[in-house]
Amino acid sequence: MKLRRLRDAGRPRILLTLEGEALEAQAGDTLLTALLAGGAGHLRDSEFGDGPRAGFCLMGACQDCWVVVEGQGRVRACATLAEDGMRVKRG
Amino acid sequence: MRIAVVGAGPAGVRAVQTLVAAGHRPAWLDEAPDGGGRIYQRPPAALNRDAKMLYGFEAKRATALHDTLDAMKPRTDWRPDTFVWHIRPGVKRLQTLHRGVQAVVDYDAVLLCTGAMDRVVPVPGWTLPGVTTMGAAQIALKTQGCGIGSRVAFLGSGPLLWLVAYQYARAGADVVAVLDTTSFATKARAAFGLLRGGATFAKGLYYIGWLRAHGIRIDEGVTPVAIEGAGSGVTGLDWRDARGRAQRVDCDAVGIGWGLRPEAQLADLAGIPFRFDAIQHNWVPERDLAGRTSVEGHYLAGDGAGIGGAEVAELAGARAALALLQDAGAAVDAAEAARLDRALTAAGRFRVALERASPYPAHLAAGLPDDTILCRCEGLRVGELRAAAAEEYPAGRAPEMNRAKAFTRTGMGRCQGRVCGAAAAEILAAALGVPVDAIGRLRGQPPVKPIPIVAPPAEAVP
Repeated sequence: MKLRRLRDAGRPRILLTLEGEALEAQAGDTLLTALLAGGAGHLRDSEFGDGPRAGFCLMGACQDCWVVVEGQGRVRACATLAEDGMRVKRG
Repeated sequence: MRIAVVGAGPAGVRAVQTLVAAGHRPAWLDEAPDGGGRIYQRPPAALNRDAKMLYGFEAKRATALHDTLDAMKPRTDWRPDTFVWHIRPGVKRLQTLHRGVQAVVDYDAVLLCTGAMDRVVPVPGWTLPGVTTMGAAQIALKTQGCGIGSRVAFLGSGPLLWLVAYQYARAGADVVAVLDTTSFATKARAAFGLLRGGATFAKGLYYIGWLRAHGIRIDEGVTPVAIEGAGSGVTGLDWRDARGRAQRVDCDAVGIGWGLRPEAQLADLAGIPFRFDAIQHNWVPERDLAGRTSVEGHYLAGDGAGIGGAEVAELAGARAALALLQDAGAAVDAAEAARLDRALTAAGRFRVALERASPYPAHLAAGLPDDTILCRCEGLRVGELRAAAAEEYPAGRAPEMNRAKAFTRTGMGRCQGRVCGAAAAEILAAALGVPVDAIGRLRGQPPVKPIPIVAPPAEAVP
């Protein structure tokens, strides 16, 4: 899944890492936006072996966008703002 | 008197405004960082917040609501970014979580304005990255300036289908298909009643007309077949048209949704009885027109108490606050209450027509192939739930939803059945051969969403 930036896409750049790899995002991105616009493709793998997941409701209800942020633990990527320097792992 | 209002969307804002005008200072809790509800959710501060661009025809209404929201913050015990994970009606206590810290809010009266989320029907392939709810597609655009993909198809029914497709096309997205599972004939039959809706109906027609005029592929009366994918993404969408012919479109994202369902978990935990609303095809907490419930001191307003939309939610929020004040012995403006009652009654009639024009496609859920994933949280497939309805099921057949949950884990996952519950009920009812309102509903459980088990109480934090 690749989010496409359609407007307001010239915001200041921030840098985070996903699984140790650098990933560029923009100030004001949620973690979900940062990762899925930045080319991560997916956010987590289903625990039941049925494949990758990348969120579904974007309003904090479905719990299908969980990722792990160093120092914060497990968060919903859709409801967490990305910050410069964040270190993220797939959920 | 201690009053708490849960939710800062259209219903919560108008409720708080009414309470503050009467001299109260309610505790006001909202899960989002800056209120507004889902419909008028504001982007983070780093993004452009131009109301006309974000809310279109609703810009004036959104701006008015935001202005009131901001004006009320200092006049209340405003607690944004605060999730109410449990309510205990016996001791009148809310249990909350704010940035990892627990707290309690005690109340004499509480008004629950907890909103709604998308109602979906699973489609084979719907767990692929690139498939989101219609509401999610709109939130991505509205609050993040992003489309859910580059070539986007929309599948579902109801006003949001046309609105979101229109918003995407206007924002420069490549909308490759808009697929309505409702037939043209069903919508035409409801058209007379829809005329009551005036501006709302006219806006809907405008979006559809605009999409047609811009050559966007529209198909009505469709039957979804599958969302295709490879690796970690969507590659296409298959459906059958109204004449049964196979159709397909290449796409990298699909937004799906069939109306809304109430987020009524707190009302459930408060012990408020529910009834099946056949028109909405949703279980809704019981309340009177003013928002009173049978549980003393507990009031409901907005979509969390039954889907009515944002304009109705504003009216209902104000009305429920008046009911609360009246019950507390305050003198309220009877003419204003009567005006709100008339407006709510009229809006209810339009809602009936709207629901008839886009009924929940129960047959699509009931007819899903056995190997389709039903419960995203538990990776559970349709056939596993169907099997629990059979006489020969080892534990004995599951005659209702909560037994089926215990047997199969349907709705036991971390979303508590918010996403799959509506479709699961149709599948179980069809397999049992009974009406869907005869098998009950998934009961709410605290915490109503997952919370960290390590969260310390506030007094333990230095």
